[in-house]
Amino acid sequence: MPIGGVIFITLFIAAFGTSLIYLARWTGGKAKKTSQAKFDVYECGLPVEEKKDTKISVKFYLTAILFILFDIEIIFMYPWAVNFRHFLATGSGLLVFGSMMVFLLIFIFGLWWEIKSKALEWD
Amino acid sequence: MTSMGNTTFEIVINTIKLLAVFLLMVQAVPILVWLERRGSAFIQNRFGPNRVGPLGLVQLLADAVKFLTKEDFAPEKGNRIMFYMAPVFALIPAAVAYAAIPMSVPLKVGDYTFLIQGYEINVGIVFILGISSLAAYTILMAGWGSGSKFSLMGALRASAQIISYELALGLSIVGIILLYGTFNLTEMIHAQQGIYHFSAFGYTVAASWLPNWGIFYQPLGMILFFSATFAESNRLPFDLAEGEAELVAGFHTEYGGFKMLMFFIGEYGHMMIASGLMATFFFGGYSIWNFTPQEVYNWCYGLVGSEQIANVMNVVLHFLSYNIKFAIFLWIFIHVRWTLPRFRYDQLMDLGWKTMLPWALGNTIVTAIVIFVTSYFVIS
Repeated sequence: MPIGGVIFITLFIAAFGTSLIYLARWTGGKAKKTSQAKFDVYECGLPVEEKKDTKISVKFYLTAILFILFDIEIIFMYPWAVNFRHFLATGSGLLVFGSMMVFLLIFIFGLWWEIKSKALEWD
Repeated sequence: MTSMGNTTFEIVINTIKLLAVFLLMVQAVPILVWLERRGSAFIQNRFGPNRVGPLGLVQLLADAVKFLTKEDFAPEKGNRIMFYMAPVFALIPAAVAYAAIPMSVPLKVGDYTFLIQGYEINVGIVFILGISSLAAYTILMAGWGSGSKFSLMGALRASAQIISYELALGLSIVGIILLYGTFNLTEMIHAQQGIYHFSAFGYTVAASWLPNWGIFYQPLGMILFFSATFAESNRLPFDLAEGEAELVAGFHTEYGGFKMLMFFIGEYGHMMIASGLMATFFFGGYSIWNFTPQEVYNWCYGLVGSEQIANVMNVVLHFLSYNIKFAIFLWIFIHVRWTLPRFRYDQLMDLGWKTMLPWALGNTIVTAIVIFVTSYFVIS
């Protein structure tokens, strides 16, 4: 894997983006504080009452946890998918196919249970 | 050439190549923005930008000059470091992933093989999916750094949406990996060259004119993959991240000027990755309809009679072929944006989890069963 190229392009873009921001700040200048309202966050005409510890719906955490579970299960299929034809050609196809079908049954059961227990309902 | 000189040569070539790929991506953005605005005007029976330069083509240059004269603003209550870091980081995943997509056949100069792509990665699919999903972090950084409720809610929605569709995206291409048995994008394109043919039950079936593209083996996978990439790049009908009717502008409410432009480059970069991957997975990548690169090379050689020029011609023809496919998908992205209305949020999550994920799972299982049955039972 060409790790040098990846690191180089990452650093280059970071430098490029930073210099663009500095350039825009240099040509446009810093925002002048003509009133307090200019520096408040967006609000529809009301005075801002913003707390930083905004409470977030627990559904987002639940979605994130479920995502991690399912994503790992999907990533687990990738090496199997790459080697499947190789295994078929060398004669151990039935074993590899059967064991993945058992795994997929567990996957489907997990998805079914998740839908049934209303973990994915948004209200 | 000594090994030291060789290494220096390699480094110089690859540096130039990576910069070229990055510039290719960045310079495509103004063209795409112009196309999007003119296209939307065309679809909605308006004029669009038509004053600056011929057909309004210089509009984006004028916009860039205006962005430069905007004063630099950051909300007082936000987290300034995150606020400034987010647009810079929005550029990185798009460009890093795009550099891994092969754009043409390798160019052979003497005994040196020059790849027409940023870098060749053996596990290209995993790399591109992994890197491009890092975009969720830039959106979260923008939302959290702004210190605004609208931004935060937009960012949370966007990240929940991106991770939900990541599942369907990842699962929809398992079928194509099963078929080709590789993560390497170049090998995948090699497998799609020539005429449609496959072997089943020990027999070989070949069509007379269909190309050997992935879409003819995995039509459902292609539909699921393309829909999921719309959600990944936050485009309509999945642009709940912006949702201007309810969230002002979502995660970039507080952004303006050049910082806003960088988010745009990131978004269009993701569209370009999606289009490139669509072409690579399902439409034969850079390969030309029904012809293998060797046949194209022979045709070029017969035309000009010089190996070097035939090589260059071969590369240019394949590059054009890739770019035509690429442009068609980009236009579909734009056309869909101005055709479909936005989903409601619960409908969006339902579509991702309860419709696309099971269908992708079914696609994987059916593909595996068909491959297993057709190659396990050989009728002789």
